[in-house]
Amino acid sequence: MQPRSLRDPERLLFELSRPGRRGVALPPLDVPAPDRAALDPRYTRDEVEGFPELSETEVVRHYTRLSRLNYAIDLGLYPLGSCTMKYNPKIHEKVARLPGFAGAHPQLPAGAAQGCLRLMHDLERALCSICGMDRFTLQPAAGAHGELAGIMMVRAYHRERGNPRQVVLIPDSAHGTNPASAHIAGYRVEQLPSNERGCVDLGALRRRMSEDIALLMLTNPNTLGVFEGEIQEIASVIHARGGLLYMDGANLNAFVGRARPGDMGVDLHHLNLHKTFSTPHGGGGPGAGPVGVMRSLEPYLPVPTVEKEGEVYVLRHERPKSIGKVRSFFGNFGMFVRAYAYILALGPDGLRRMSETAVLNANYLRRKLESTYHLPYDAPSLHEVVFSDRHLEDTGVHTLDIAKRLMDYGFHPPTIYFPLIVKGAMMIEPTESESREELDAFILAMRRIAEEAREDPDLVRTAPHTTPVRRLDEVGAARNPVIRWTSPQKPR
Amino acid sequence: MGDGHRYIPASDADRDAMLREIGVARIDDLFASIPAPLRLKGPLSLSPAMSEQELWAEMSRRARDDRQPDPGAQFLGGGAYRHYSPAVVDHLVSRTEFYSSYTPYQPEGSQGTLQAIFEYQTLICQLTELEISNASLYDGASALAEAVLMAERTTHGGRVVVSDRVHPEYLEVCRTYLANLDLPITTFGHRDDGSSDPEAARRALREGKASAVVVQQPNFFGCLEEIEAFAAAAREAKAQLIVAVAEPISLGLLKGPGRQGADVVVGEGHSFGVPLSYGGPYLGFIAARQSFLRNMPGRIVGETRDVDGRRGYVLTLSTREQHIRREKATSNICTNEGLCALMASIFLAVVGKNGLRDLAAHNHAKSAYARNRIAAAKGCSLPYTAPTFNEFTVRLPVPADKAVRTLLDRGMVPGIPLSRYFPGMDRDLLVCVTETNPRAEIDRLADELGRLD
Repeated sequence: MQPRSLRDPERLLFELSRPGRRGVALPPLDVPAPDRAALDPRYTRDEVEGFPELSETEVVRHYTRLSRLNYAIDLGLYPLGSCTMKYNPKIHEKVARLPGFAGAHPQLPAGAAQGCLRLMHDLERALCSICGMDRFTLQPAAGAHGELAGIMMVRAYHRERGNPRQVVLIPDSAHGTNPASAHIAGYRVEQLPSNERGCVDLGALRRRMSEDIALLMLTNPNTLGVFEGEIQEIASVIHARGGLLYMDGANLNAFVGRARPGDMGVDLHHLNLHKTFSTPHGGGGPGAGPVGVMRSLEPYLPVPTVEKEGEVYVLRHERPKSIGKVRSFFGNFGMFVRAYAYILALGPDGLRRMSETAVLNANYLRRKLESTYHLPYDAPSLHEVVFSDRHLEDTGVHTLDIAKRLMDYGFHPPTIYFPLIVKGAMMIEPTESESREELDAFILAMRRIAEEAREDPDLVRTAPHTTPVRRLDEVGAARNPVIRWTSPQKPR
Repeated sequence: MGDGHRYIPASDADRDAMLREIGVARIDDLFASIPAPLRLKGPLSLSPAMSEQELWAEMSRRARDDRQPDPGAQFLGGGAYRHYSPAVVDHLVSRTEFYSSYTPYQPEGSQGTLQAIFEYQTLICQLTELEISNASLYDGASALAEAVLMAERTTHGGRVVVSDRVHPEYLEVCRTYLANLDLPITTFGHRDDGSSDPEAARRALREGKASAVVVQQPNFFGCLEEIEAFAAAAREAKAQLIVAVAEPISLGLLKGPGRQGADVVVGEGHSFGVPLSYGGPYLGFIAARQSFLRNMPGRIVGETRDVDGRRGYVLTLSTREQHIRREKATSNICTNEGLCALMASIFLAVVGKNGLRDLAAHNHAKSAYARNRIAAAKGCSLPYTAPTFNEFTVRLPVPADKAVRTLLDRGMVPGIPLSRYFPGMDRDLLVCVTETNPRAEIDRLADELGRLD
């Protein structure tokens, strides 16, 4: 046996397991012991083969050690563009665990769940005020799920008007979820080119617009962090031929309290509670993707809706034109509690200050880094800025290397190689959560990396050097996929 | 404006200094790209900001509003199940390194999340007795919809055949997902004992091609299904068998559906330590045979090596996914339900092989006890005779929704009136008993139901 070192990998649960250990004790069974014969053995098994056997102590150490291998927003700047990695207030975790919320069964009669229904009702009203929309559904479990629900509503809307239409138009700078969602909703996707400012090419839209187009999906501000300044004209072109305008609200953090989608000609949009409204990203979910609609789309909202009748909150299932349900029950309620707490904590002034500071921070980074890194589009930035690796082309150092090297400086890298319209893109979104000192430390790291690329490019190309593992073989992982542990005694 | 907000570090002085560095005079100048007619003139119509103390008081008041009976006196299942979650689960998922990180796009800085997901995938494979699992989906119902879409991608049957004993919300979500895809759903019936009828499935399959047969284990009415019979029917018709599991604690006692011939097993994983939380966030799981690997929806984590040969984990097989394939992706899913999958893994790790078997046995025993007690109660009967796990259907002498109202006034929720989903089943009540219902409450439930007449 080798002595232990701090860089030892953490073994898997299954490798730590030892027969006969247990991590829980159940209370004594307070009813007669089960009659073995009560359940035919053709239904049953004696044990789950390979399942771990560990004490509570070992389980706690295992996961505590694993946690230390992660970077997190509470450790510092996490500038993933379009992901809005902002601080998650600790009071949210406390209120979401209140027994009246966390312990509420979704099958409770509505009369015994008034607190939960009231919260959903009030969150919907608050989102309507913030976004200028008439109604929201809270049901979708994530942004992409909201897109899907939204496009299904659009289809139901057009179908009722005699023709569901065939095509959804999507700008070439859009997130991949947009075309994937449109496809599942039964639409053909056509890409719309960007103009030299990275925005929708209004002329191209005018030429393409026809009665077979159901919808344009527009991210605003777009994935370059640029406000689509011609959005009203875009909406007019679409509406003139009976089409609808969807706004991907992933980047709503850019203008809360400054502008509202409902005032821009947008017919419907989703937003991500885990972005703008600060619910934790959880290592990749759970999110929540409410969809706001104008009155014309209200009949198609998923069921049930929450309505207030006098002083009583009810769930309304009888909605004949509804698209149905996109998940069980009412959505990711625990995220609604956190998002509502965030809105109450910030209030109208705080929400406005949130977006103002997010935009301020992004512009500060832009100003301090634009002489070091190539800025492919110089249109004004809102909440995020996109650079590229072009200035370092002659060094052989690429965006991926810069991202990996940032980890050695103690930062999570930005979103890289997205949007697709920028070669070698680095999409940086600092959010309002960062102090000037934290931004300055990031700026220093980015400048230092650019110097290293010229002086010692191999140092950058072989980064990271200080992380728990170094650069991983992703190609090999995909070529020979091993996606579960198997007992070494048994061939895979 | 005052000097900032507690969540936002920049003070007014910081803002001014940064504006000067940027080279603009006012914050408004940073928003000049928003056309003037679109700029909001006044403040948002919301209540003013609250201190943390006020917020805590307000949210506590809202959570207290409820007339929720004592949890031990609630006999609710129907897709969500109350189980005791060991303290370590909440403690460990509250570690900020887990909950305030994101999708592990940069594996070198995310090994904790990645290894935990790799372990989750293994646990799901072991439970279902299948070969592969993804990193989780939104919930059980949408997982079933994704499984049906996967079956169609691989089999091109153009139709799915679904038992009428599947959770009605799962079925409704499938209908919503399939509505625009020219992929009709044919439902088939059940036997008198409450279990789905394999012969009815065969008849439905003979009506034309189909890509999948779907049953739920245990089914929505609590009855156990004979999975092998549906596997045989599916095989004969060259369709896949998808088994949905809404209450996965049952897998501590029941055979893994994969061993019984299921090609794909999906389900709802929240029973593994994730709070009820009025219906979400939960997590969907999906496991399948190896041959589905490149057709799976959602994130998948794989094992690999770093440049020094050390074992590590990465997101893999991403050429299936939307950020690479766009409209040709296997699904539009971007994130999974990471933190819920982590909760489920920690729950399963600490409950372990022995604990899960015992927990399932306790659920079964207490539910069997309740079933016998209620069957003997005056005016009550059991419409179905098929074996059950922790949930069963009771026929009452009065309409079930009326019984629920009556017992709610006595601090008890006896179950779910099935008329909520099936008009006509007025007197049927779906009762669920878990380890969280003490014997005294089960006895009181039987006594109260016996007094309804």
